[in-house]
Amino acid sequence: MSTNNNNLQNESLLEQRLRETFKTVKQDSRPKAENAKHIARAFGIGGGICLLGQYVKEMCIGFGFEKADAGTISTLFLILLTAILTSIGIFDKIGHFAGAGTFVPITGFANSIVSSAIEFKSEGHVFGIGAQIFKVAGPVILYGITSAWAVGLVYFLIGLVK
Amino acid sequence: MAKKIGPQTVKLRTPVAIESTGSVAGTMEGLGPLGSYFDLIVDEDNFGDTFEKTEIKMHSKAIEIALQKIEAESDSIDLFVGGDLLNQIVAATFAISEYSRPYWGVYSACASFAESLQIAATTIEAGVAERCSVSVSSHFSSVERQYRTPLEQGSQSAITSQRTVTASGGAIIGQSKGAPTIVSFTTGKIVDFDCCDIADMGTAMAPAAAHTIITHFLATKTSFKDYDLVVTGDLANLGFNVAKDLLASEGYVDIGNFSDCGKLVFDTDAQNVGQGGSGAGCSASVFCSYIYKLLDSKQLSRVLFVPTGALMSPLTSFQDGSIPAIAHAVQIAR
Repeated sequence: MSTNNNNLQNESLLEQRLRETFKTVKQDSRPKAENAKHIARAFGIGGGICLLGQYVKEMCIGFGFEKADAGTISTLFLILLTAILTSIGIFDKIGHFAGAGTFVPITGFANSIVSSAIEFKSEGHVFGIGAQIFKVAGPVILYGITSAWAVGLVYFLIGLVK
Repeated sequence: MAKKIGPQTVKLRTPVAIESTGSVAGTMEGLGPLGSYFDLIVDEDNFGDTFEKTEIKMHSKAIEIALQKIEAESDSIDLFVGGDLLNQIVAATFAISEYSRPYWGVYSACASFAESLQIAATTIEAGVAERCSVSVSSHFSSVERQYRTPLEQGSQSAITSQRTVTASGGAIIGQSKGAPTIVSFTTGKIVDFDCCDIADMGTAMAPAAAHTIITHFLATKTSFKDYDLVVTGDLANLGFNVAKDLLASEGYVDIGNFSDCGKLVFDTDAQNVGQGGSGAGCSASVFCSYIYKLLDSKQLSRVLFVPTGALMSPLTSFQDGSIPAIAHAVQIAR
């Protein structure tokens, strides 16, 4: 969709010249993304979060929890930690630094829900928080469940063949 | 009566005065290079109950300051013209509603201040109003809420992105002698060169800026050398360089007096603002503080003020729309 695809013939000569020049200028001016730096940061922080999760899990096993329960506790711990850090305005700064390092683990999911809740508090509990809390996380939930269902179906069909 | 002197340009027969201005800025803008020029610096998170209410209060405060400076009553204003970036331009509407005077709400995104100036100047010259108030605002947090992701979400901004300026600017336009005057203006047309990256609006707006500047030069038979300052609205570093390249391709190479409000308002090296400032309040507040004070003290006498606006909405962007851009030029003389 463009406002002027049908009106190119109405363009002045000046506009036509600017349009041509702009094509090359636009390419040349674009700054290079610092990929290596971002990848290193994401790896460091993301890996750190996983390490912390693993540490909590091992600690719980040490306290005598079942392995599966220890995993759940570790997940809940990371969610709680993210929620607290988001509420006190620290998590967005870490996220800005780490990028995918905080976005990909469960911390990114927790952060997206808590930040939406904070954001829409001013519109009230129903139309604000209620309606908007899954604004960012909603697509993840929808397509996460849908793909889980599809994988489950494949698993079921393979079972029938066997 | 005003006279049309080019395809998009109007020359005012009796120049219209910018009698006074008021500017209100947030803390980050206050810490920037222009901090000392703003009339009032407020805590943008706590000045009002919500971000939107803060913006409304900042908007109204800018008008109040401009009125106070010339000891004018709001009853003397025949027409309020204002706009902002929120849906249904509520910041301007709610701020101006307290004055209970005639009001025109306008929108051309970040170029709204120039559109307001042009409407006020035309109205005054036509004798329809004697004195107008023009005011425009933007707020970083209210704009993020509307156009982007939640504030506390830890996502990275693109390397090309800009920071919306939290500020408002208000000006009283009338006929008093001795004040800086609007002598002519060029109303921009929508220039759409099929940019779709909403994280790079400076580049998308650069062609509109170049087009309006050149159109104004051709109509008024002037060039960069005839001005002390030619200043665009919010192209920021990246868009500004694109605009410079476009102007150079048309033969405008000696352009040491060319600048941009988005570059002026922040120290892009020291402050974490991406390519620079953006938002309707960017050009409005920089004009109403820094530029107007330099005009008033006669350090500048000929200024071409060219705010730039990106006219997309989140909806058109999600429908893979391009970013139509506009730039309006206002020539001010001392």
